[in-house]
Amino acid sequence: MPNTEFSPSIDSRPTYAGLVSQGAAHGIMVADDAGAEALCDLASSDASVMDHAHVLLVGAAAETFGRIETLNPRGLHGAPDLAAATPLIHRLLSEARMGTALYLAGSEGLMGHVSALATGAGLPLEAIQMEHRGSIARRMQCVHCKGITEDVTTDPFTCSHCGLTLFVRDHFSRRLGVFQGVCVDAETPGEVPETVEIRA
Amino acid sequence: MRKLALKVTEIETLSPLVKRFRFEDPKGGALPVFSGGAHITVEMPEGETIRRNSYSLISDPYDGSGYEIAVRREDRGRGGSRFMHTQVREGDEITVSSPANLFQLDLRARKHVLLAGGIGITPFLSQLRQLGMEQKPYELHYAARSREEAAGLKLLPEAAHIHIHISEEGARMDLGAILDGQPLGTHVYTCGPDGLIKAVADQASRLGWPRTAVHSEAFTAPPPGEPFEVVVKSSGKTVTVKADQSLLEALEAAKVEIDYSCRGGACGRCQTHVTACDGRILHNDHWLSEAERAEQKTIMPCMSRFKGARLELDL
Amino acid sequence: MTMQFNEETFRGDYTFRNSPAAVRRFPFPFDRDSYAYSVNIEQHPGGPKGSPFEFAFDVDEHYVAEMKDREITLAEDPMRCQSLPHMELAGWDLLELIMVSKARDYPELFKLTRDGNAWHWINKPLGIDKKFTFLDPTTLPCGPMEYITRQAQGDFALLHEREGNLWLDAGMVTSQADWSLDFDVGMNFFEWHAPVPKARKMGVFDKALKFLLAVTQEQSYRRLNWTMTVNPRLDTSPENYHKWGPEKRTITPENVGAKQFLRVELQTFWRLPRSNALAFPIRCYLCNLEDIATQPKWGRRLHRVLRDIDPDLAEYKGFAVNQKMIVEYLSQYDDGAPTSPGIFPED
Repeated sequence: MPNTEFSPSIDSRPTYAGLVSQGAAHGIMVADDAGAEALCDLASSDASVMDHAHVLLVGAAAETFGRIETLNPRGLHGAPDLAAATPLIHRLLSEARMGTALYLAGSEGLMGHVSALATGAGLPLEAIQMEHRGSIARRMQCVHCKGITEDVTTDPFTCSHCGLTLFVRDHFSRRLGVFQGVCVDAETPGEVPETVEIRA
Repeated sequence: MRKLALKVTEIETLSPLVKRFRFEDPKGGALPVFSGGAHITVEMPEGETIRRNSYSLISDPYDGSGYEIAVRREDRGRGGSRFMHTQVREGDEITVSSPANLFQLDLRARKHVLLAGGIGITPFLSQLRQLGMEQKPYELHYAARSREEAAGLKLLPEAAHIHIHISEEGARMDLGAILDGQPLGTHVYTCGPDGLIKAVADQASRLGWPRTAVHSEAFTAPPPGEPFEVVVKSSGKTVTVKADQSLLEALEAAKVEIDYSCRGGACGRCQTHVTACDGRILHNDHWLSEAERAEQKTIMPCMSRFKGARLELDL
Repeated sequence: MTMQFNEETFRGDYTFRNSPAAVRRFPFPFDRDSYAYSVNIEQHPGGPKGSPFEFAFDVDEHYVAEMKDREITLAEDPMRCQSLPHMELAGWDLLELIMVSKARDYPELFKLTRDGNAWHWINKPLGIDKKFTFLDPTTLPCGPMEYITRQAQGDFALLHEREGNLWLDAGMVTSQADWSLDFDVGMNFFEWHAPVPKARKMGVFDKALKFLLAVTQEQSYRRLNWTMTVNPRLDTSPENYHKWGPEKRTITPENVGAKQFLRVELQTFWRLPRSNALAFPIRCYLCNLEDIATQPKWGRRLHRVLRDIDPDLAEYKGFAVNQKMIVEYLSQYDDGAPTSPGIFPED
């Protein structure tokens, strides 16, 4: 399954151009289980890219881990989820030098979260490569309670923190790495439109 | 544009070709403060012609007691710098614009690397003061041919992070060594000859630096050239551009309304649509892309000239 | 002239009111009988004496009450005020701009004494007398932007210029037309305006950005924008939408004139000297339909504008649900007579 194509939307909605090898540049790669596939495709387009890459797999299956291992990256690390991966990402970024390329692959939640960490560390957006693979679930922030609900697949959805019913906007904050969710029945409490699956 | 009528209070010779000028409010009032890298446009009236050149401010940006600039005498130029060197005396009145900035520091940077070639040191002198006050990490490299020509030596403070490269002494600036291994979030700024700016851009690109971390300012004044004529579309009037005049200056002298800021081909403000072009536009700006230049449908009158039968501007 | 400040609220019992003088100086935003997006920019400050355009930062009868309302909002949600680390210098620039302007334009209300960086600021309406060191944040109780914008009406955005774009990297936003600073901080000009319908396609923002990038220290500018709000509520934030949203549905033909407000933003644009950032103050003025109709030209014109507006804009500006009642109410003030050009009342 190649890079997901999303329907055209507003300017704040990120787009993902797909991974392209930056050659001999030092690389940091972060991917989830589905995104690991994109790393394999990247390596098959340019095997040498792995010689300079630290790979961090988030919540990946053992089998996936094994497949990446065979690509012989310079470093390979695993973490069960994004929260657990965050300190290591910080560490890799703090040691990184100008010219480092960041490759992100997988869900929008993962890419949003890690690119927010990276731009915060001084990496410009243009140095970040992203490829969407797997679920189109979104990482949503409730504009009311600020709580983040992961893996949202329906619109509207229920905020996992304050319980309000939120509609899914395409408005995206790169700083926070989240889409915005806004109360759907604020004006007419209880009048909630039919739930639909989020589409790409 | 609001202009400032100031008094020349100091002139100092820094090198055989470079003089420092200080301007103050004649009544001792405070001038607008500015940001590191800002410039002012100086009016130089000579007979019927008013030349206007932009110069980087080299004084303390937060000090409104006066503005200072350093002017290198360009004997092959239009005569602006020669005017400053030979006609301007202490006590003279001089008209300048308010400061504007096309070469500001990106204050998000973790570190700033400043690279100056020759008279290109000027914008960094105000930036250094700003970096000092903001307590930001930086390193500055200043390259000059010889110590005698290195006017910046008299203006630079002694500091551990300021490095001087005198090519005559065999100490050339090694861009690879300077740019390699800088921490994430470093920004590099270059001011100097086009060759240096291009060399830095190439080196940074080879090392994988993102373009948005690479900044530059070319400090060129408009070049002289062959005289030519231009037609103003709205009035049908023909304006003659003299050899030592820029197109912008000639339009201004003919009272044609035209907006400008940097007068150095960098800001894009005077960009003008070309309605007829039978000949070749000599693009001297840093604003238009290669494709735009080739089209000959737009011109930057502050810098560019024309050779050919007819040029008509949408003014 | 001593200004009288209203005791009034912008929430709960909504005791906000405009005096007849405040109604007459209300910045009515329509210069013709129809509305479409436009860049509609003028030089600022400058305008008729007593108008909200006369001075750099207008101070009016709502000043003290608006500052109290801001205090309540910030106490509940401190994230309405944010400044990314590189924006502190711009905050000092803004502080200087506002203090210098207010002390110059309203000497009976504000006083600024400066000896180098040792500054002494007196704000009589708010009872503030503060000595501090300019550019030294440890001498203020909070950051410079927060300090001064707790004493200045309207929202404030500070925009950082880089990469040929403007980035919303700091702001004080407690009276916004339904956008979240906490969410939008750090966005560039196009991302921040992304939810505005149609405008991008029309090239409005490309032109606006080009214009803003060219603003210099020498000259500042302004434009008017508008929306509609039910009740004189300043905090129409998305954060609290679930709290104020139900009020939007309380409009009836009987109360529409009193409860439906035209909300006008006087937006100004300033190039700041030390940071080279742009300050973007967004001052909010509220006036209900009843009061607007006291100026016959405005009553006629508002009726025509709201009757004929693009349905997408009515939706975006959040009054589509009440549009019919609003237009019906205003129709009694529209006798079909022609209106004069410009925004000011006729007599």
